[in-house]
Amino acid sequence: MQNGVPAIGLRDVAKAFPGRGGTVPALRGVDLAVAAGEFFSVLGPSGCGKTTLLRVVAGFETPDRGEVRLDGASVDGVPPERRDVNTVFQSYALFPHMNVFDNVAFGLRRRGVGRAEVRERVGRMLEVVELTGREKARPDALSGGQRQRVALARALVNRPRAVLLDEPLAALDLRLRQAMQGELKRVQREVGVTFVLVTHDQGEALAMSDRVAVMNDGRIEQVGTPREVYERPRTRFVAGFVGTSNLIAGRVTEWRPEGAVLAFGADGRVVVPDASARSGEPLEIAVRPEKIGIGRDRPDDARCALRGTVADVGYLGASTTYSVATAAGDVVVYAQNDDATRTPAARGDRVWVSWHQRHSYALDAASHDDTNPDADRRPPTRSGGGPDGAVRSDAEADGSARSGAARRGGVA
Amino acid sequence: MARRGRFAPYLLVLPGGLWLLAFFLIPMTLMASLSLQSGNLIDGFRQTFHWQNYRDGIGVYGGVLARSLGYALAATVACAVLSYPAAHWIAFRAGRHKTRYLFLLVVPYFVSFVLRTFAWRQVLTDDGPLLGPLKDHGLLPTDFRVLDTGFAVIAGLTYNFLPFMALPIYVALERVDRSLPEAARDLYAGRAAAFARVLLPLSLPGVFAGAVLTFVPMAADYVNAEVLGGPDDTMVGGVVRAEYFDNGAYPTASALSFTLMAVLLVAVLAYARALGARNVLGDAA
Repeated sequence: MQNGVPAIGLRDVAKAFPGRGGTVPALRGVDLAVAAGEFFSVLGPSGCGKTTLLRVVAGFETPDRGEVRLDGASVDGVPPERRDVNTVFQSYALFPHMNVFDNVAFGLRRRGVGRAEVRERVGRMLEVVELTGREKARPDALSGGQRQRVALARALVNRPRAVLLDEPLAALDLRLRQAMQGELKRVQREVGVTFVLVTHDQGEALAMSDRVAVMNDGRIEQVGTPREVYERPRTRFVAGFVGTSNLIAGRVTEWRPEGAVLAFGADGRVVVPDASARSGEPLEIAVRPEKIGIGRDRPDDARCALRGTVADVGYLGASTTYSVATAAGDVVVYAQNDDATRTPAARGDRVWVSWHQRHSYALDAASHDDTNPDADRRPPTRSGGGPDGAVRSDAEADGSARSGAARRGGVA
Repeated sequence: MARRGRFAPYLLVLPGGLWLLAFFLIPMTLMASLSLQSGNLIDGFRQTFHWQNYRDGIGVYGGVLARSLGYALAATVACAVLSYPAAHWIAFRAGRHKTRYLFLLVVPYFVSFVLRTFAWRQVLTDDGPLLGPLKDHGLLPTDFRVLDTGFAVIAGLTYNFLPFMALPIYVALERVDRSLPEAARDLYAGRAAAFARVLLPLSLPGVFAGAVLTFVPMAADYVNAEVLGGPDDTMVGGVVRAEYFDNGAYPTASALSFTLMAVLLVAVLAYARALGARNVLGDAA
């Protein structure tokens, strides 16, 4: 993935803040490499340390241990004003006593760029963010989206090695946020600068990024393309925080060429390819609800299948959400309503839920998950709006379970 | 409903309005009238529109008036210079203990104004606890003195009015978005530039408010000049007091008071204009 020296490299970075009764760790040893020109997102619930991570890179926080490198050179002890990265703050932090032009020109002037060049570069950057003509406007006369673009221009005009964006869209309403997602991506492509974006909104991270790092409790749980992170979550936390997952725990009963087999009840059978667990060992797997089919007839033997009773049906127009009680626990199924003639399953029906075995994936046994302490019963962990986008509409994402699914129902 | 709504604002300003009428507007009118009367304590005063009172007041006490403004200006600057760092420290560095430090800042002012000023007299006497040891060790000439000088008056004014400067500055700094100085650092401004370009201009309204709150009462103050100053350090407040209570020259005292008021009004308005203009021009200036 990365050729040559990463634009931003972190090695074992840890940082704790003084808090009630001692220190509260914000970063517990983070390793990260962001390639030059990449659109990289750090996704995680509030309080997971992602903003601290950004502040350590920008130079506002000094790590307790570990090292930050920009373009291969250690920036240990280098103050923010001498780091070749610029930040887009969550509040935008536009200087209220300066107009748009002076805000954008601030960095260039501090670096002693000549008057004519300042005028030229600021003008060109305002063109890129489509704010030409608003040079004399004060920040308080601008809309939220315009302020956001000024903040972006103020960072980009300096042609830094990387732009760090701290929840840049959180303050915007849903419609504007979706428009700005495309806008950010366009600008990033146009100028080719490395973007590191911090967000709690999985839809945002998946839609915009080349790669995503999912963070929880001061650690990075997984780094990968949006597709990898969604389709192959490696830990329980990632499976639950990015999209919705059914978590199924059991013991490996036998090993077949196609993978480990877990048996549930008389005729429930789940196959997991590439699981490292051996016979008799416990194993936890995750399955995405949209990968699961539901039906009255027994599926063919090649599929993973569980028998159960429909506990709940949620009709959402384009799709239907079923909750099916099985021997392996509650299983959530998203079914597309693509055939109006088919009678859907009703509450209390005996049904089969089944999926292709390539859609069951084993989760790391070492995965830690503080958001879901009832590890024995293993209800399906749900959050966010699934792959279909930014249903979450506020900054209050806590990464925990059921509220996300409830909101999904409310929005659809 | 509509009727009540229409009269509610007037009812709300009524208590304050009556207060102002009784204790501000009526005395002001009486004073204005008094400043144009002529006569003396024994024969009584009569309204003669004697504008000469003003001309005499300025003629005799113009120097005192100028000195008052000079002392007040010096003390205002001293207040700003001394309290800005303290306010900055409390706003940005004191963390959870902000209220504690703010309380410490005002705690000396629970002691009576006059008492505090007399305490300073004790401290500053020629062989007192401050100057005595310095003179004993030959660090200061034996005839060096602070008490009964203009310096003592300015120092006393500064001390007595410090919180009126520190608190508005603190409030202004407290209101500045924490990410603004960081954004300045992020955009290649060093500590000094970030302060000069961002934090200072954004906190100037606090300095402005503090300057008005200190300069105006200091220019009219007479306690500091009488207690800490010498005979050559009198301020216009002292003269008004003496003319009024010692000489019974009510019209002269009133005329001087109005002159001071007019001068302060003009000074504050000019100041507001100048500072407002700087704020508007911002970084381009």
